[in-house]
Amino acid sequence: MTDTASGEGRHGALPALLWKIIKIFASVALTFLGLLLVTFLIGRVVPVDPVLAVVGDRASQSVYDRVFIELGLDKPLYEQFWIYLQKILSGDLGTSFLTKKPIVEDIARVFPATLELATVAIIIGTAFGIPLGVLAAVRQGKLSDQIVRVVGLIGYSAPIFWLGLLGLLIFYARLHWVAGPGRIDISYEYAITPRTGLMLWDSAMQGQWDAFRNALSHIILPAALLGYYSLAYISRMTRSFMLAELAQEYIITARVKGVAEWRIIWVHALRNAAVPLVTVIALSYAGLLEGSVLTETVFAWPGLGQYLTNSLQNADMNAVLGGTLVIGAIFVGLNLLSDLLYTLLDPRVRRR
Amino acid sequence: MTLLAVDNLTVTYPSRQGPQSVVRNVSFTLGRERLGIVGESGSGKSQTGRAILGLTPLPGRATADRLEFDGIDLRAASPRDWRALRGARMSMVMQDPKFSLNPVMTIGRQLAEAARRVASGRADARDRAVAMLEAVQIRDPARVMAAYPHELSGGMGQRAMIAMMLITEPDLLIADEPTSALDVTVQIEVLRILDDLVTQRGMGLIFISHDLRLVSSFCDRVLVMYAGRVVEELRAADLAQAQHPYTRGLMGCLPRIDADQRPLPTLQRDEAWAR
Repeated sequence: MTDTASGEGRHGALPALLWKIIKIFASVALTFLGLLLVTFLIGRVVPVDPVLAVVGDRASQSVYDRVFIELGLDKPLYEQFWIYLQKILSGDLGTSFLTKKPIVEDIARVFPATLELATVAIIIGTAFGIPLGVLAAVRQGKLSDQIVRVVGLIGYSAPIFWLGLLGLLIFYARLHWVAGPGRIDISYEYAITPRTGLMLWDSAMQGQWDAFRNALSHIILPAALLGYYSLAYISRMTRSFMLAELAQEYIITARVKGVAEWRIIWVHALRNAAVPLVTVIALSYAGLLEGSVLTETVFAWPGLGQYLTNSLQNADMNAVLGGTLVIGAIFVGLNLLSDLLYTLLDPRVRRR
Repeated sequence: MTLLAVDNLTVTYPSRQGPQSVVRNVSFTLGRERLGIVGESGSGKSQTGRAILGLTPLPGRATADRLEFDGIDLRAASPRDWRALRGARMSMVMQDPKFSLNPVMTIGRQLAEAARRVASGRADARDRAVAMLEAVQIRDPARVMAAYPHELSGGMGQRAMIAMMLITEPDLLIADEPTSALDVTVQIEVLRILDDLVTQRGMGLIFISHDLRLVSSFCDRVLVMYAGRVVEELRAADLAQAQHPYTRGLMGCLPRIDADQRPLPTLQRDEAWAR
């Protein structure tokens, strides 16, 4: 069986790999096209008149008609989609009515804030969520399992803005353990040159350790909160995946071999549970990258969530659609990444 | 010489109708010989094997008046004692390598994990693993070492499993339906390998199967279990002289190539046997 498989690999390794990459790219391109179609159609069906958004509601009929034609709204829908597609592919998401800047520039400004927050949050959520889930599975039904479950339930159900305000009250206002809202103190804001827009990264790269510490003390509270939220989900899923794995026959084999219990849990079972966990973590991360409106509002965090809410409230359709597109692209990208990791972690899917 | 002594072994699981015993007062002794345990599904034969290894799954409980392995009282064994015994001195081959091997670990790593109990180092563990794979008649051990379980056929997987369980040269091997998941042609090969290794090493073997004919040809003695009890114990050669109606019933149901038995008799059960 494997003889033929490896023989095939030896003769046709490059074409097979190439074929796989082509297949992946084709599916990504197709998904992205569908995404573009959806955002395009949303832009046409929402009751926001794109012409009025440009000319204002006091323009004369002749001005209105001219802009109507300028925007290409007189053309058939498929032609409009084609124009839209060309613009997007050349990196033009249009101009924001609100900030008067290209959407691409706006998103490039707000997205790093969200990316930084989401990344720190998912690291916290994974680093604590997986061990807690494993603990709960191993001590199924015991006190520690119940505690993990309650902690998870609170993380899942407590309103995050409430936890945020409470956290600010305790850790910032009373205890002064962390810095308050915002990404960094004003005194440091111009000390670091924005390269990537990620405060922690930029300050560390430029050796501005005071600024780094300050940015860290700003991010830690919102990141811990969002991390807690994803921890709740990750620990729950870890628990159920681990319970399923621990009931498998190969666990009995390992016990028969006299393998130490910690090794059975952390090497045998977790290594198998990690396969579906990758998807769970990737999707949690994608969710965080959408930008969480409430957290960003409470912590005055200038991220994607705040930007999109603001745009939506002001009927800035170009910005909303541009942001939706970016979020969609992130989802597609992370799905692809988790698929690739899946293949790495599970030898059974490699051949398919 | 007695390797294993079991007296009144009972395995009980809680249920809504109160505790249910799946193994009831099973007693036997085992020397360096081959003991077959036969019975139908749910007769408690696998549960007996697992209880001997201290692997009764929770919330089940195994109790016995006596459970001694080479003079060690297993009832009093701590988790640490169990780990020292399992793998090193007693081990078990399970039914289906598709499920009993870890799907995301190479055979080599799984073998090495067992070999490390007796090997002096990583390299030694690897050498032993290769030698053991050769002993189970795998011709290209290097490839099998690097393979994942799903890349092996059932017969190869089961040989790897046997290699894994015998690499530490245990004194007792429990084989729980070791060939039931394999093709008939492969069954014979795997059995022969098992047979050779058990003979060479002079181990005690408990062979659990539902296949009466196989057990009688492979083992020295046979325990027949029904509803958690041993209904009959006899020498494999004397199987034809079985007294218990259940054993006789089982024998009667076996089709014979030289006799036209139509219809083939069905197994008659008696409530009294279970009591």
